[in-house]
Amino acid sequence: MAVQDAPTGTGTLARVSDLEATGARKYWREFRRWPVLPGLVIALLVFAAIFAPLLAPHDPERSSLRDRHTPPMWMEGGSSKYVLGTDFVGSDILSRLIYGARISLLVAAIVLAGGVIGGTALGLVSGWYGGQLDELLMRFVDFTFAIPFILVALVVIIVLGQSLVIIILLLVIFSWNSFARQVRAETLSLKTETYVDAAKILGAPTTRIFLKHIFPGLVSTLMVMMSLRVGTLILTESTLSFLGVGVPPPTPAWGVMVADGRQYVETAWWESLFPGLAIMMVVLAFNFFGDWLRDFLDPRLRQTG
Amino acid sequence: MARFIARRIVYTIAMIIAMTIFLFGMSRAAGDPRLLYLNEYTTEQDWEAWGKAMGLDRPLVVQYGSWAAKAARGDLGPSMQHKKDSMAVVYDRLGATLMLALTGTLFVMFMSIPLGVLSAVKRGTVWDYLGRTIALLGQTAPQFWLGIMLIIVFAVWLGWLPTFGRGGWNHYILPTITIGWLSAAGLLRLVRASMLEVMDSEYIRLARAKGVGSRMVIWKHAFKNALIAPLTYSGLIIAGFVDGSVVTETVFAWPGVGRLGIEAVNANDFPLITAIITLVTILYVGMALLVDVLYAIVDPRIRLG
Repeated sequence: MAVQDAPTGTGTLARVSDLEATGARKYWREFRRWPVLPGLVIALLVFAAIFAPLLAPHDPERSSLRDRHTPPMWMEGGSSKYVLGTDFVGSDILSRLIYGARISLLVAAIVLAGGVIGGTALGLVSGWYGGQLDELLMRFVDFTFAIPFILVALVVIIVLGQSLVIIILLLVIFSWNSFARQVRAETLSLKTETYVDAAKILGAPTTRIFLKHIFPGLVSTLMVMMSLRVGTLILTESTLSFLGVGVPPPTPAWGVMVADGRQYVETAWWESLFPGLAIMMVVLAFNFFGDWLRDFLDPRLRQTG
Repeated sequence: MARFIARRIVYTIAMIIAMTIFLFGMSRAAGDPRLLYLNEYTTEQDWEAWGKAMGLDRPLVVQYGSWAAKAARGDLGPSMQHKKDSMAVVYDRLGATLMLALTGTLFVMFMSIPLGVLSAVKRGTVWDYLGRTIALLGQTAPQFWLGIMLIIVFAVWLGWLPTFGRGGWNHYILPTITIGWLSAAGLLRLVRASMLEVMDSEYIRLARAKGVGSRMVIWKHAFKNALIAPLTYSGLIIAGFVDGSVVTETVFAWPGVGRLGIEAVNANDFPLITAIITLVTILYVGMALLVDVLYAIVDPRIRLG
């Protein structure tokens, strides 16, 4: 690798060890420097979500009672027709997993967009204007942090019924708060910068200061927070779906699949194993990717351990 | 100190009031409350009489007042599913949930504090990797799935423990691990990070330079100070237990309040879910208040700040 690519600070050391690095060790170092594995998992997830109809070997909602509880293909009684086996109505688990990626990603993307936009706007206003408004907004943020989310979700779903839209709205309402808090904190420090004062003195309108002078300073923080939030969101959505108050059936959501398999753990463990494994892999991938992004964009944010 | 506690108490009361306003709003959004009691024998006169009796002809604020006054006395109306007072139904189930929360708390403490300290003190050894793996698993694997996997391994395959329900002491093991793992993971990471930070500080170096023994340095000098940061986390642990009990009780068919909540949702039993949420909120903010007061006692910076 080229010398100028070596990260600053460890310059000499990196160069010396680069000279020694040969073959496999060199690849190993590159492998550790970039988030290769998390990147692959995320790419696979996005790919599966986009091309689900082309990739899935079967219709995820089709049931075939004759084939119910078929084990994965490498087990006795399994067939290559159903690679990961079938569930209690005979739907193909692999196909449902592939379509489930769609739901997970769709929900996460919409909620994240809503949360980022709402949280950034409120955080900016709160940090910029300060005073009573700030106090009020931040107490409200504290309040939303302190609410047991699942219980509130249960009430809302009893009253308004179960639907994908309600789930997304609920998750949005509970995902802007961390963005608002962080953006406010950053705004407080950014607004004391000289270039912001200069813009104010020159008579720039507040919206222009927000967009041109404050917001660019927030981008890296927001990106890190977003990538770290994806995992939590996918976990929360799958938990609601597992409890039967999330994504309504027969849509193949991963949480619903685990719940469906739960009654058959004694004979058909694969029905709940695979969807849970999928959730865990994706959450792991996003967490590692977020950690990496944080170190990459802003080493100051790095935590011990 | 007194001022700090007074502020926390005001905040706690505000939380409870906000929650009741939310619940009342939801109960009105659910439609005319008389609809709940409507059956084929209801006459026009009954309908009007109910309206008068429930005070539906009065302004909304007055309605909220009388609703809240009744709620304060523990009267949230009869459960539609159980045909008796909702609060009584919840009280019947509370014991099972509190027991699980207690064993869960013990599990969190005895798992994450020693392992977190060990992981920091013996950084880079097997202990460290063990601790970090447990933490990572807890924070990325969905709680409901972890519970099911525990059932598959320890109850179905090994046959050591019962699969579900509440009975002798061995019924507690798997639910306890399930409800506690997520919180234990977070606490373990915090204890480890905090311990690493403290171990690196000047006064620890001084203690070592004075010739204080290694065990004394770790447990007397470092440990006490390293525990302050994780204490703030205990509020989140309580929140985690509220959501966690819903999930865990569903997985293990545990006869507690969490599962009652899901049953209430499935039966559309609005008075029952209101009773559950009111009680849980009060318990929950009460615990949070207690933690804050404890925190103030331990850390003078909070008490005097």
